[in-house]
Amino acid sequence: MMASLGPLAPLTPLVRDSALVWLASGVVGVSFGAIAVAGGLPVWVPVVMSLIVYAGSAQFSAVGVLLAGGGPVAAATTGLLLNTRTLAFGLAVADIIGRGRIARLLGAHLVTDETVAFALAQPDPARRRAAFWISGIGLFAVWNLGVLAGALAGGALGDTATYGLDAAFPAVLVALVLPALREGPAVRRSALLGAGLALALTPAVPAGVPVLVALAGLTVYGRGGGRRTA
Amino acid sequence: MSATVAMMLALAVGTYAFRLVGPVLHGRVELPARVQELLSAGAIVLLVALLATGALTEAGGFAGWARPAGVLVAGVLAWRGAPFPVVVLGAAGATAVLRAVGVA
Repeated sequence: MMASLGPLAPLTPLVRDSALVWLASGVVGVSFGAIAVAGGLPVWVPVVMSLIVYAGSAQFSAVGVLLAGGGPVAAATTGLLLNTRTLAFGLAVADIIGRGRIARLLGAHLVTDETVAFALAQPDPARRRAAFWISGIGLFAVWNLGVLAGALAGGALGDTATYGLDAAFPAVLVALVLPALREGPAVRRSALLGAGLALALTPAVPAGVPVLVALAGLTVYGRGGGRRTA
Repeated sequence: MSATVAMMLALAVGTYAFRLVGPVLHGRVELPARVQELLSAGAIVLLVALLATGALTEAGGFAGWARPAGVLVAGVLAWRGAPFPVVVLGAAGATAVLRAVGVA
C-alpha cells in the first residue's frame, strides 16, 4: 500500500490516507457539535470539550449521558472509562512519539485510535513517527474545526448514518490492522479471542469495558513466534 | 453550568493523564523487549476489538445489517489489496446504498 521510492515519497500516500480520515472525522465532529447544541448546551461547551478532552467516543458518551439527565459524575465516569484504553495506546506508541519534553507533552494529547492505528501500520520507525504526527496534528485540527462548525451551524448535515459514515471508522481500522493480522499468527489469535470477548460482553457491561477485557486475548499470544506484531 | 465545567475538566485531566503515562515513562523505565512486544500486540488487540464492537454494536445492542455489511466489504477490499481510500469509501458507500434501499 505504501511503496517507498525516496525519502519523501512515502509521505504522499500517508497524507492522502490521513486526509480521508480527517474528512470523515471532520464530519463526525460537525455532528458532535450539532448534537450537543441541539440538546441545549451552549456553543462553547462542545468546542472547549473537544479541545481539552479530544476523544470522539468519550465526548459523545459524556454529552449523551449529560443530555439524558444522567448527571455530570456519570458523564465524566463514562468518558473516562472509554478513555482508559488510551493508557495502553500511550505505552504502545511511546517510542514513536519521541523523548523531547514538548514531544511527550503534545504527543500524548494526540493519542487516538486512528493515529495509533496509522502509526503502527507503518513499516519502519521513521515512517511510524511521521504517520503519528501527520495524522495526529491534522486530525486534531479538523476535528475541532468540525465541532465548531457543527455547534454554530446546527443540524445542517442531517443524519450522517445516511452517508454510511458509521461504517467508515471500523473500515479505517480494518484497513490499518489487516497487515499486522496477516503477518502475525500470535497477534491474530489474540485479536480474535479479544474481539470475541468484547462482543460477548457488550450487551452486559458499561461502554468502554468490553474493549479493555479484549486485552485478555493476549493470554493466547504465547511466545509470539519472533514475528513483528505491528 | 459549573457542574458541566467540572465534568469537562475531570474528563480532560483524567484522559490526558492516561495518555501521558506511556510518553513520560519512555526512556526512564526500561521495558523488557518482551513487554514492548506485548504492548504492540495489545494495541492491535484493542483496535480489533474496537472495530468489531464498532461494526456490530450500537448502544449495547445489534447495530443492524447495513453497517457490518459495509465493514465486510471493507475487509474484502483490504484483503484483495485495494488502496486505503477505496476500502473506506467502499464501506461507507455500501452501507449508504443498503440504507437507501431500506436495509437498516
